[in-house]
Amino acid sequence: MIKTDTLIIGAGPVGLFCVHQLGIIGLKCEVVDNLDKVGGQCIELYPDKPIYDIPAVPECTGEELTKNLIEQIKPFKKNFYLGERVEELKKEKKKWIVKTNKGTVFEASSIIIAGGVGSFEPRKFPTKTAEKYEGKNVLYSIKDKKIFKDKTVSIFGGGDSALDWAIELSNTSKVVLIHRRDEFRGAQASIDKVKQLKEQNKIEIYTRYQLNSINGNNEVENIIIKHEEGEEKEIKTDYVLGFFGLIMQLGPIAEWGLNLDKKMIPVNTENFETDKEGIFAIGDICTYPGKLKLILSGFHEGALAARGSFKYAKPDEKLRFEFTTTSKVAQERLGVKK
Amino acid sequence: MPKITYIENSGKSHTIEVSNGLTIMEGAVQNNIPGIDADCGGSMACATCHVYVKEEWFDKLSKKEEGEEDMLDMAFEPNKFSRLSCQVIVSDELEGLVVNIPIKQG
Repeated sequence: MIKTDTLIIGAGPVGLFCVHQLGIIGLKCEVVDNLDKVGGQCIELYPDKPIYDIPAVPECTGEELTKNLIEQIKPFKKNFYLGERVEELKKEKKKWIVKTNKGTVFEASSIIIAGGVGSFEPRKFPTKTAEKYEGKNVLYSIKDKKIFKDKTVSIFGGGDSALDWAIELSNTSKVVLIHRRDEFRGAQASIDKVKQLKEQNKIEIYTRYQLNSINGNNEVENIIIKHEEGEEKEIKTDYVLGFFGLIMQLGPIAEWGLNLDKKMIPVNTENFETDKEGIFAIGDICTYPGKLKLILSGFHEGALAARGSFKYAKPDEKLRFEFTTTSKVAQERLGVKK
Repeated sequence: MPKITYIENSGKSHTIEVSNGLTIMEGAVQNNIPGIDADCGGSMACATCHVYVKEEWFDKLSKKEEGEEDMLDMAFEPNKFSRLSCQVIVSDELEGLVVNIPIKQG
């Protein structure tokens, strides 16, 4: 069991800055995120898109913002629990016990949920029959590419993941690439490569088609794809891969007994505590009158939630407000060398 | 204010007045119309405000930007009349617009 003062759920920009605010006031924390990297939506949804409304930063991309935050919180935290989703919370003797899907257990005196709109999960095929084969012949990520050797693999999607895997697997498998429109949105070099492989008859491509059904008994035998004008085509295949990016699902947060309002968690605006003592919510996941879903608002919320956490971690101490410009203690915590 | 009709997948229809300048997505979210999630808040980054525009209206809307089509690749069952409702801004010309909401957003 990992003991800490505060557990932050979500390593997006708001969760990251909250590490800083906790660190300044002398609280320890751990951070868990379901993604395999830090940065949250900034990294997953718009790493290359410029953001123009971070105070004193006229322009930066989601990736740059994340990098700078990681740099800023280095004095306090360098390791994160990534690729783990928090499943359970329960209170035991004034402490919160938190379990992840990987079996990691934390004990914390407070929890700060900075979970955005929930955890990122792969988008799946709309087709009902896809569920039956999911994890076996129908996959949304690849762990071991050797299973595809000498098999037929039907890949759906038009982005980099779909193109990269089509190129990679075409070396050892029969690859069929299916996309809903003629244009692909991946890197130009990958698009050119895929077209070249098509000319060499190493990849079959069907555009303006989508998956209609998956058929077979225990294993997938064939799929039916449907053209936007209605024509259907049967393809014999062993595997079906879908690369439609990720979608945010509220997931287990809904099971923790917190008040919810349209997938958001109501909080007070004094310290962003929820209706449960010691659980705070900040960033896109929290709601209150006047809530703005801006990163800068999340920074403010994190600053106050960190201070709200203090009394749970150190019930016998009084928190004194100090500025980083003048506080020797804060500067020591930041590792400032004089 | 133009009247916009949102039709849920079940067939249930909602006709509401939406102020000029708001997006079709904002009109739905502010009026609690179910089925438009808009997880990213309108930054064209998530494809969870996907709608099908009635055929006769499709060409009257402002053209899609490239990024919108890329995001629609990820939408749930897109078709050639698909739009992201966060990218369609309401104006007087859209009086009577009808959009269908997909069975789900992801």
